[in-house]
Amino acid sequence: MSRISQCFESLKTDGQTALIPYVTAGDPEPWVTVPLLHALVDAGADIIELGIPFSDPMCDGPVIQKACERALKNDVSIKQVLKMVKKFREKNKETPIVLMGYANPIEAMGYQNFAEMAKDAGVDGVLTVDVPPEESDEFRQIMDEHEIDTIYLVAPTTSAERMKTIASFARGFIYYVSIKGVTGAAALDVSEVSQKLSQLRETTQLPLGVGFGIRDGKSAAAVSEIADAVVVGSTLVRCIEEHADKLDELPAAVAGLLAEMRHAINARDLASA
Amino acid sequence: MLEQHIHDYFNNFPDSRGHFGPYGGRFVGETLMGAIYELEQAYQQYRDDPEFLAEMDKDLSTFVGRPSPLYLAENWSQKLGGAQIYLKREDLNHTGAHKVNNTIGQALLAKRMGKNRIIAETGAGQHGVATATVAARLGMECVVYMGAEDVERQAQNVYRMKLLGAQVVPVESGSRTLKDALNEALRDWVTNVDDTFYIIGTVAGPHPYPAMVRDFQSVIGREAKQQMMDKTGKLPDALVACIGGGSNAIGLFYPFIEDESVAMYGVEGAGHGIETGQHSAPLSAGVPGVLHGNRTYLMQDENGEIIETHSISAGLDYPGVGPEHAWLKDIGRANYVSVTDDEALAAFHELTRTEGIIPALESSHALAYVSKLAPTMSKDQSLVINLSGRGDKDMHTVAAMAGLNF
Repeated sequence: MSRISQCFESLKTDGQTALIPYVTAGDPEPWVTVPLLHALVDAGADIIELGIPFSDPMCDGPVIQKACERALKNDVSIKQVLKMVKKFREKNKETPIVLMGYANPIEAMGYQNFAEMAKDAGVDGVLTVDVPPEESDEFRQIMDEHEIDTIYLVAPTTSAERMKTIASFARGFIYYVSIKGVTGAAALDVSEVSQKLSQLRETTQLPLGVGFGIRDGKSAAAVSEIADAVVVGSTLVRCIEEHADKLDELPAAVAGLLAEMRHAINARDLASA
Repeated sequence: MLEQHIHDYFNNFPDSRGHFGPYGGRFVGETLMGAIYELEQAYQQYRDDPEFLAEMDKDLSTFVGRPSPLYLAENWSQKLGGAQIYLKREDLNHTGAHKVNNTIGQALLAKRMGKNRIIAETGAGQHGVATATVAARLGMECVVYMGAEDVERQAQNVYRMKLLGAQVVPVESGSRTLKDALNEALRDWVTNVDDTFYIIGTVAGPHPYPAMVRDFQSVIGREAKQQMMDKTGKLPDALVACIGGGSNAIGLFYPFIEDESVAMYGVEGAGHGIETGQHSAPLSAGVPGVLHGNRTYLMQDENGEIIETHSISAGLDYPGVGPEHAWLKDIGRANYVSVTDDEALAAFHELTRTEGIIPALESSHALAYVSKLAPTMSKDQSLVINLSGRGDKDMHTVAAMAGLNF
């Protein structure tokens, strides 16, 4: 069983919802990332989504675009991101790490090379936002061979038929994009999301994560009501941006934000237990 | 090998998944997949629909002014002393470039799909103007994304779009040029996917765009073929077109792919020189990768990050190229070459003075290559250049090179 599946299993036993923070690797400075990841775990992260910076992040809103630009100003490459994961693993062997990014940096490394280095670094899953199942046969096969989970997206525009296909390809968990839009754009509608998740659950046993549009404890708790995992990105990245010139305060500030969401989710989980 | 490829070409490319060999495909976020399939289905439904085609032909004839003339550049041919040079006069189209052939087709498709909001990206502004033009005529809302740097260097086209009722959004992210405008247009589309039709201006993007835009632009090559047969009784020996994304080039090339005797040359922007790294020539100096919905040759660094391009002409200033060109390169059916800013500028002046035609800086790249190619050919040979646009929009840039400011 993969580290991601194990994580969801044990949370399920405890009646808890997973909290998954997203940060862009190397934002705003390369050395900040590893301490920040540890701080996020301490604040209650169950899984970490680590963004691979890309020059043209066309599925992301302005907040994550700027994070990519800050990281790329320091020439943070995909290989450096893998080194960060390896360093994180020196102290943390439990928390699953999912790399999130775009196809081209992975294509440039070569799938095989990427898979070997990612496995060696301790990566558990990978989500390439611009590679739909239609284009991922070879990629999925190579990731399977290296026991790295390929995470797929389902969107409000995904048909029931497509959900089945995606479910058959997905590993680890399925990431439901709660809104039509880019990251950090709008607030989500919980009842609409709930409907789609029920539909999705008919096609899969995998845990369902929900992301896009979660901004605070309240929205995190509302989503934890219906999802197995709550993904939060732009809100944290905005906090990183605000602390770009106060790096010593940065990990604690971002972790503080995440901790608020953790508390809100835990309170909700407890109430429904 | 090549013969077999050409034999198979028309039946197999793109395949049902939008692939040209290893290139093309559908690399977009999940939210857009439904819209892309919807578009593909609509295009399949209407591409051979007599009523749709009749409406398009009527617009191309009475609104655009087609067929565009095929002009024998006698003075220039004589001066170069080689092949007879014919210019396919896309510069004479309404709005001043080939771009309108495609925007008419896509806008008519949007109308049939019940989408009343049009978005587009633009580099030089020609595609933006052509989109704003058809949107005005069809009474559709129109938003055009344009890199902030291009907004500055193509101020006239920005004003034209605004006159036509379009909203022009300057894009400040990344390198502030065409690629960033494309990113922003994709972000708009993903947000407004229900009522919005994205008119992509070149033969790139996710399937079905490369094939659809090619089909709409192929009117250029079909006319040129007929016009050459009428004028000379035979096919040309060579075709030459500039390549940014590659829509004017594929429009000219496509109907000739089966005619093996016809050589094809796509001319990329070598900017300050390929060796300087400051250019926009992915087919000449790039490697395959994935960007903006398709796999193709890209200008990228060793980490897969897209690198900034340079060209004197905003319309060529793009790090990728249509996937069909990538495939035509690999199978050896077309040749891809490049010329520098300076060579293009010299050709711009040369055509203006010898033939009384002021070409767009984009098309001037094709002209510059012909000034090298034609002298190597004999006088009983002929070649066709796609004069894809007129130079009015470039007055500012060319004048600035001479130290003038309006």
